[in-house]
Amino acid sequence: MPNDYLLSVNDLCFERDSLKLFGDVSLCLSAGEILLLEGPNGCGKTTLLRLLTTLLKPTSGNVHYCGELLDKVRYQYLADMLYIGHQSAIKLALSAEENLTWMAASEGLHEPQMVRDALQRMGLGRVYDLPCHQLSAGQMRRVALSRLALSRCRLWLLDEPLAALDAEGIELIKSCVRKHLDRQGAVILVSHQDLAAGPMRKYDLKENCF
Amino acid sequence: MILKKIVFNVNGVAAVRGFSDYVKRDLQLAYRGLGDTVAPLIFFTMVCTLVPLGLSPDTQRLSEVAPGMLWIMALLSTLLSIERIFIHDYEDGSLEQLLIAPQLIEIPILGKIVAHWLVTGLPLTLMSPLLGLMLSLPGSAYPVLLLSLAIGTAYLSAVGAVGASLTVSLGRGGLLLPLLVVPLYMPIIIFGTATVTFAVDGMQWLGPLAAMGAMLCAAIALCPLAAAAALRFSSI
Repeated sequence: MPNDYLLSVNDLCFERDSLKLFGDVSLCLSAGEILLLEGPNGCGKTTLLRLLTTLLKPTSGNVHYCGELLDKVRYQYLADMLYIGHQSAIKLALSAEENLTWMAASEGLHEPQMVRDALQRMGLGRVYDLPCHQLSAGQMRRVALSRLALSRCRLWLLDEPLAALDAEGIELIKSCVRKHLDRQGAVILVSHQDLAAGPMRKYDLKENCF
Repeated sequence: MILKKIVFNVNGVAAVRGFSDYVKRDLQLAYRGLGDTVAPLIFFTMVCTLVPLGLSPDTQRLSEVAPGMLWIMALLSTLLSIERIFIHDYEDGSLEQLLIAPQLIEIPILGKIVAHWLVTGLPLTLMSPLLGLMLSLPGSAYPVLLLSLAIGTAYLSAVGAVGASLTVSLGRGGLLLPLLVVPLYMPIIIFGTATVTFAVDGMQWLGPLAAMGAMLCAAIALCPLAAAAALRFSSI
């Protein structure tokens, strides 16, 4: 097994209700790289990402993390991984600050100042104490993505992070990603927009889907 | 390897933190969504108010049905709210995040069960003497009513969480959840009413109460495990 890859995926297949969604997906990712998953709508990009979060189990194939089989190092992997999906895990009744404090705590970060700085950096300094149901879609997205400004996880799995963001928001995310890559982190990204923030591999799922 | 895994997971401080964080957050959310939270309590009060009107205001007849009525209403009120324990987390993606958290998810689930009891079962229990008064429950039975409802509603929350976790991905309004859960509720309502009726009749009520306590212990130990397993299968 190639040990120098942070994550390597071998011949991954996934069936849903005995309908094959994609097969023979093999890809790898080194520290300090972005992997962009591409493909038409419905080809299984989000599903592949959810397979990598271990929320779904592949029908066949395996995933290695740091050269070890994922099942063996599952807890270490989960501790090193940050997943931000379509659903932002934001509680509408809570404020941006409370939401982010909660998310940071789930990563083991318990510093209120860090949370406030992160919100400030994401341009939410003025609305941090409003309940999230008063925020716009773009602001909500920013709240969810402000995790990126304080996360110490090594691997980020981002599903359409740029949806609903304005140009300034996209720049902010880019700078977060850049910092993350500098720290030898890695990103797997599903996006229809370009996030040119560092060395990028692309993987097109078009040929693998059925 | 397995031992290492367990040691990694049962990091005591993190576990306690995971538990108390979830209790705190669910209480906070319940407080912010107060309308939703008090709905079961209002239902409980309303139905108990209707009983004397529908049956008869005769104190003798009311005091005969009071233990059963209070217990049935407590059960139905809990059933009204039990779906909420996971459905919001499922809809907004928090449940996904819980499932991929590097910890034993049974502990946060137990936290959610406790929080649910604190916002539903405990207020129901505390309100029950008032409604007992309306149903002219004899005075000697009040402490026992409180005790049996406190234990019983905790059981209802714990077992209900398993049903809620199995049906979380099916969306709202299903009849499946009550169908799954009510059979498991039957023993507790039998023992619960028995406890209160025994107290009304001046008999030894400790036996059925002890049985309820035993059921609650089993439920607290097993339901988080079952709910965690069910969530892993059903929430994807």
